[in-house]
Amino acid sequence: MRSLVLGAVLWGSFVVLALLSFVWTPGDVLAIDIPARLQPPSAEHWFGTDHFGRDVFSMIMVGARVSLAVALVAVGIGMGFGVPLGLAAVAWRGGAFDELIMRSNDLVFAFPSLLIAIIITAVFGPSAFNAILAIGIFNIPVFARLVRGAGMSLWTRDFVRAARVAGKGPTRIAVEHILPNLANLLIVQGTIQFSLGILAEAGLSYVGLGAQPPTPSWGRMLAESQTMIALAPWLAIFPGLAIILAVLGLNLMGDGLRDLLDPRLRRVRL
Amino acid sequence: MTGPLLDGARDARAHLRPDLGDRFSETGLLDIDGLHVSIQGQRLLQDVSLRLGAGEILGVIGESGSGKSLTALSVMGLLPRGAEVSGRIHLGGRDLTGLSEREMCRVRGGDIGMVFQEPMTALNPLQTIGDQVAETFVIHRGSSWREARAQAREVLDRVDLPADRFPLSRYPHELSGGQRQRVVIGIAIALGPRLLIADEPSTALDVTTQARILTLLRRLVAEDGMGLMLISHDLAVVAGMADRLAIMRDGAVVEAGPTAEVLRERRHPYTRALLAASMSGPERRVRGAGAPLLKVEEVVCAYPAARQGFSGRPAAHRAVDGVSFELRAGESLGLVGESGCGKSTLSRAILGLDPVQSGCIRLSGADIDTGVLPKKLRAQMQVVFQDPYGSFNPRHRVERLIAEPFHLLDAPPRGSARRDAVAQALQDVGLRAEDGRKYIHEFSGGQRQRIAIARALIIRPKLIILDEAVSALDVQVRAQILHLLAELSDRYGLAYLFVSHDLTVVRAVTDRVMVMQAGKIVETGATCDVFAAPSHPYTRALLEAAPVLELPRG
Amino acid sequence: MLRYAALRLISLILSLVAASVVIFVALEIVPGGPAAYMLGLNASPDAVAALRAELGLDASAPVRYVDWVTGMLVGDFGISYTYRTPVSEMILDRIQVSLPLALYALALAILIAFPTGIWAAARRGRVSDLGVMGATQLGIAVPNFWFAIILVLIFAVQLRWFPAGGFPGWEAGFWPCLQALTLPAIALALPQASILARVMRSSLLDTLGEDYIRTARAKGLTQAQALRRHALRNAMIPVLTIIGLQFSFLLAGGIIIENVFFLPGLGRLVFQAISQRDLIVVESVVMLLVFAVIVVTFCTDLAYAAVDPRLRATR
Repeated sequence: MRSLVLGAVLWGSFVVLALLSFVWTPGDVLAIDIPARLQPPSAEHWFGTDHFGRDVFSMIMVGARVSLAVALVAVGIGMGFGVPLGLAAVAWRGGAFDELIMRSNDLVFAFPSLLIAIIITAVFGPSAFNAILAIGIFNIPVFARLVRGAGMSLWTRDFVRAARVAGKGPTRIAVEHILPNLANLLIVQGTIQFSLGILAEAGLSYVGLGAQPPTPSWGRMLAESQTMIALAPWLAIFPGLAIILAVLGLNLMGDGLRDLLDPRLRRVRL
Repeated sequence: MTGPLLDGARDARAHLRPDLGDRFSETGLLDIDGLHVSIQGQRLLQDVSLRLGAGEILGVIGESGSGKSLTALSVMGLLPRGAEVSGRIHLGGRDLTGLSEREMCRVRGGDIGMVFQEPMTALNPLQTIGDQVAETFVIHRGSSWREARAQAREVLDRVDLPADRFPLSRYPHELSGGQRQRVVIGIAIALGPRLLIADEPSTALDVTTQARILTLLRRLVAEDGMGLMLISHDLAVVAGMADRLAIMRDGAVVEAGPTAEVLRERRHPYTRALLAASMSGPERRVRGAGAPLLKVEEVVCAYPAARQGFSGRPAAHRAVDGVSFELRAGESLGLVGESGCGKSTLSRAILGLDPVQSGCIRLSGADIDTGVLPKKLRAQMQVVFQDPYGSFNPRHRVERLIAEPFHLLDAPPRGSARRDAVAQALQDVGLRAEDGRKYIHEFSGGQRQRIAIARALIIRPKLIILDEAVSALDVQVRAQILHLLAELSDRYGLAYLFVSHDLTVVRAVTDRVMVMQAGKIVETGATCDVFAAPSHPYTRALLEAAPVLELPRG
Repeated sequence: MLRYAALRLISLILSLVAASVVIFVALEIVPGGPAAYMLGLNASPDAVAALRAELGLDASAPVRYVDWVTGMLVGDFGISYTYRTPVSEMILDRIQVSLPLALYALALAILIAFPTGIWAAARRGRVSDLGVMGATQLGIAVPNFWFAIILVLIFAVQLRWFPAGGFPGWEAGFWPCLQALTLPAIALALPQASILARVMRSSLLDTLGEDYIRTARAKGLTQAQALRRHALRNAMIPVLTIIGLQFSFLLAGGIIIENVFFLPGLGRLVFQAISQRDLIVVESVVMLLVFAVIVVTFCTDLAYAAVDPRLRATR
């Protein structure tokens, strides 16, 4: 419960910062101000300035926007395709379709995801949109497999048999009885994939394949900081902390939600 | 195969009987005095006092949650962390509650052995049975593994797992439930403990296996002069072999004494209620047989390539092998057999849930084959499953759950008609109409089975298949549900197909009974005739193995 | 056991075939076709035609696929378009960095994770357990390339204990190479160790709740003995799965870390190849990594069977 609150507060503050950045940032993230470059953290520039004199805190705010949006849409793609595929595999379990889904899942898992994401963004041109696609594709089998696995075990439960005795077909049962009972699992897995998405986006933009300049992104801020690390360590520390806290917040939220929603834990009270 | 072992059971009983009677435990092997246990501020055991002498069998009876297993775990010192214990537990004059964890480890396995309910999960799946028994010697005696394995061999021989069929190198998954339970018993008695605690040792087993396990326990107790604390929910199982009984309820002992005395005097109202529930079935009104409703002809259900034991030659396994029978309107037909005999597969095939390889199932004349069953026919037949916890989608309200079969109707009732039907169904099973607004987790196991019956009843089927429908319930709740079923059958002229492993239940509620073994029906007849004069050897074996509660006269 | 291994082997081969088809098809559909893509947007039609001829792209797709696969089977991955050297030699050169790095990181991860996970499980719910769990949460959240930058800042720039990057080559001796790989291995291992420790802990806690642990305790084993003799081996099954996944991740996941430390490994090779549009190198490295993943999965399956007698018997 405590981890849920802590996680929600951490993650929520990033959401607030990201939304706030649309209307207000302490400094202009596009204006170059060479005289003010590489200033250490101060009252005026909370997280210091970079080599163009831009305010790092403002850049982190705008970066949060990109990071959260990319990860969120990638999770949406994963769920949007993965959940129906998994449910279909459950509804027609044991059939050729089920087999096809599972085999192609295995096949996707055999490819190193980060490398493929890098290749996709490189081939189709680096952009936030392609980063979303590259990360989202690898979320599909994760959700498909989760839904299929949990759905299969639900399918053997007597309430599914009762629904079949009541004359309901597999599709209807999958939607009416299987899906609602997977909601908890999907929420928890969604937060996990969200946090992995943030890490992946940071990795892609670190190697220059995420959102393109001048849009600030956490990963590229880190890449640019590397050459000046001895001179201006705050340039490396603050974007890194932003990634860590955002991911940590999501993971804590996922753990907290799991504890809160786990029926095994709830049954104790019955 | 069952014959000689069952005869052995009778021999052992005959051998032990003369010692029974009102002997009191003077020797005082185990002496529990004023035991209180609470976990997280919740009082779970209250002033429990029990005594057990060497060579004696103490039966501890109670329904789930009565605290009987907790008592056993207290003796073993294996209560969950954070449990607060007060009171004395003396074993041979030594207070176990004062011992350090290190000393308790010497007591466990050394002075006290314990057997648990679930043999399928009680053994480490990755270790050979030989090593699991031998480990006891290594831990307690510091034997080398070589010596320990030799001793383990002797132990397995003692529990009737001979070397030629059960070498030490066997893994648990290669053994049946009964055989695994023998290994667990072997582990418990390996060092010749003074006290053996058996917590529902035969509950998870089939009736014939149960009889053999109980015989084995009795023999070992007699040979070693151990005290046996036999815990069970089933009065019939325990009453046949215990010298003394203790009846527990809500964490307290409500009555204790020599078996014959407890059964004769029945001082406490709870004892009377328990006995009444164990003995009685509902009043049955004999009805004339109606028109044929369900006709099953030469049905075969086969599974492809099930692995046969450890020799591992795959063969199509015929779970149901050429079964034919007829069920008439308003009739209550029993289908009994041990686990794996095919009775569940058969009932699922009748419901159209499992495919049928050959043969046909006719309901009021129309076939159920492997394909789609017309909804109109399906509406004539409903089902109640065993597990009251798995039978309902936890995310729907009760009113939606029990209205689900309306899906079978061409014109399902809507609005107030639907609400009335739901309310009526709930009232039929003894619940209130308002209960429809609740979620399923707000109900107890017995109430859930009532809701399952309401769901089956709502479209007024002609036949309800009861697949082990009362097996998961405590004895008193079970009696109530059986009464309810009898009443509903009278009111609505329902036919039942009562699938169960429990002979007592089937005897109490059916007109006719079929006995199933290895996919085939081996005997059919009027229930009273089959139980009075079984003709097939398997039926006889089943009946002999079933524990029967006999009240002492007077 | 043999039957089981044979069946797994068949599935391994099928996976490899499927993966190679996917890679082949993916290259066919790059914008403009492989040759035009490799030459960039401004290439003249003549140059594209010449490259197509050089790459043998005029043959039909099935023929080229078979050529490609049979070539790989005998170790011929083709000639790099940009470097004009056989791809197999380049891979052989680079794998001498990537494979030791992955193994080093995996060993570190296991060395950290096993004791930590077991220790936390044995102290479930106490302060030390909560502390370890909090630390692993943090470990998972840290992006490894950022951790790498911080490691460089502390141990290379400030303390000067390790080089900030580069690789001396194995001919320079074992120790200098180990030194060069240490910071990258730590950076790679930390998040993996955190995940592994959490899996180890939760798997152990699951098995500690099993009935056979109660049987073992009733036999007179102490909590520690029951954990060591009975719970640990049973808990290894999910842990093995994760180790298998992690090894393949480490092999490919080095791509960014190799860039941070300027290590001449497979990751940097593929990265350079991507920026130079050298598809022949890219497809070879991807195929090699997929091969590694599938082989590791196969080994994990065999390890399951070694641990679990039930698997040896079934199917």
